[in-house]
Amino acid sequence: MHDSCSFILMVGIRGKDIVVLGVEKKSVAKLQEERTVRKICALDEHVCMAFAGLTADARIVINRARVECQSHRLTVEDPVTVEYITRYIATLKQRYTQSNGRRPFGISALIVGFDYDGTPRLYQTDPSGTYHAWKANAIGRSAKTVREFLEKNYTDEAIASDNDAIKLAIKALLEVVQSGGKNIELAVIRRNQPLKSKEIETLVAEIEKEKEEEAEKKKQKKSS
Amino acid sequence: MALLDVCGISDWVKEDTFSSQKASVDRVNHFNFAAREPELAVPIGVDPADFLKPFTDCEDGVEGVTIKLEHGTTTLAFKFQHGVMVAVDSRASSGSYVSTQMFKKVIEINPYLLGTMSGSAADCVYWERLLAKECRIYKLRNKERISVSAASKLLANMVANYRGMGLSMGTMICGWDKKGPGLYYVDDNGLRLSGNMFSTGSGSSYAYGVMDSGYRYDLTVPEAYDLAQRAIFHATHRDAYSGGTVNMYHMQETGWIKVSQEDVGELYHRFAAEKK
Repeated sequence: MHDSCSFILMVGIRGKDIVVLGVEKKSVAKLQEERTVRKICALDEHVCMAFAGLTADARIVINRARVECQSHRLTVEDPVTVEYITRYIATLKQRYTQSNGRRPFGISALIVGFDYDGTPRLYQTDPSGTYHAWKANAIGRSAKTVREFLEKNYTDEAIASDNDAIKLAIKALLEVVQSGGKNIELAVIRRNQPLKSKEIETLVAEIEKEKEEEAEKKKQKKSS
Repeated sequence: MALLDVCGISDWVKEDTFSSQKASVDRVNHFNFAAREPELAVPIGVDPADFLKPFTDCEDGVEGVTIKLEHGTTTLAFKFQHGVMVAVDSRASSGSYVSTQMFKKVIEINPYLLGTMSGSAADCVYWERLLAKECRIYKLRNKERISVSAASKLLANMVANYRGMGLSMGTMICGWDKKGPGLYYVDDNGLRLSGNMFSTGSGSSYAYGVMDSGYRYDLTVPEAYDLAQRAIFHATHRDAYSGGTVNMYHMQETGWIKVSQEDVGELYHRFAAEKK
């Protein structure tokens, strides 16, 4: 039941004023039209979700979540909090693990966004219907390796500015993704701004330069 | 269920269970007073339309039967710089009979939410208690208090389902939430309005007159207490269906406080003494 998407890596980082989602871009067949950022979907203006797993299952979950976001706006006159919509998605997933004639949704999701009061949030759900809040997380292929990298490198200085948070996401992806920047896509949400795709060429070049400088320093230390 | 349908069992399974369409055909004089299937029991030989005609407003007693209720009240609420003032009378009447002079027309939903009642006492008490239950559940589920706009929206949506069925309720939902002081008017048609000043009930015109002539946004707290009290008092003075005591609440950032509960007779003598 695997489709190609379970072999995609996805990273989410919660900064101070920004949340970053990084996706490993899977190479497509020659005749296939490439569509950017299709693994990351906006659930509302201030919340978006990235998933790893069966795309078809994700479509259903995303549709229900989008309707629930608007329904919440209608009855409560406030946008959903990220925790609320995560709880809704998790409850939906759990229901499918406990009724007859159904199978669980085969997706893990990273849900990011800003609450009404401006706090950035990152949540992860899995097919069993549990959800947890994270400061930084990875799902999909080689998620464990990336999570270990993030555990070592996620510090307050590392996410001090928006660009630092973005660079951390790229660095985390580069740990596992081959052939550099061509295969990485980024999306960011800033407070009070909608989801945006991010140009990463320049940032990847910066990161490579920094790496080289680090390597140079180490070499010099060794020789001296 | 899908399996039942495939096996073709569902037809005879359904025959055995109770269905409201079949009840009056198969079992003529049998009534099932289940809450989900509302039925009205009428003696044999009585025409329901004729029976209800004296109690309704409409011509033939069939179209849009809404039971005519007598209701009298004055309630008011207004926003000002220090929060929201809420004042109500306390007389419950049925026709020209005064049932009680000490009826609580303000329901305290939680320390940051109040609801006033006017119209049919039964409808107001029932729906606002239901609203209080929904607000409590919201707080447990979402770990934060419900906002005033959400609470008023819930109430409006609840009663909108019963539109045209004879509910009579005019209520003001007042509170203080993250967005500051909130005041909403909700009525039995499902109308929901946000505003700075509302008054409802048979005495509302008198209350509006007094409130409008003395209202400013930058009233001080004692001035606001005085204005609210006077408005209700003058309404009780002229409206036969309002009276009893004036109950006043002040909604502040830290929650509501009950300001006073004064008999209108005492107020009359106090205001009369002022004039001299």
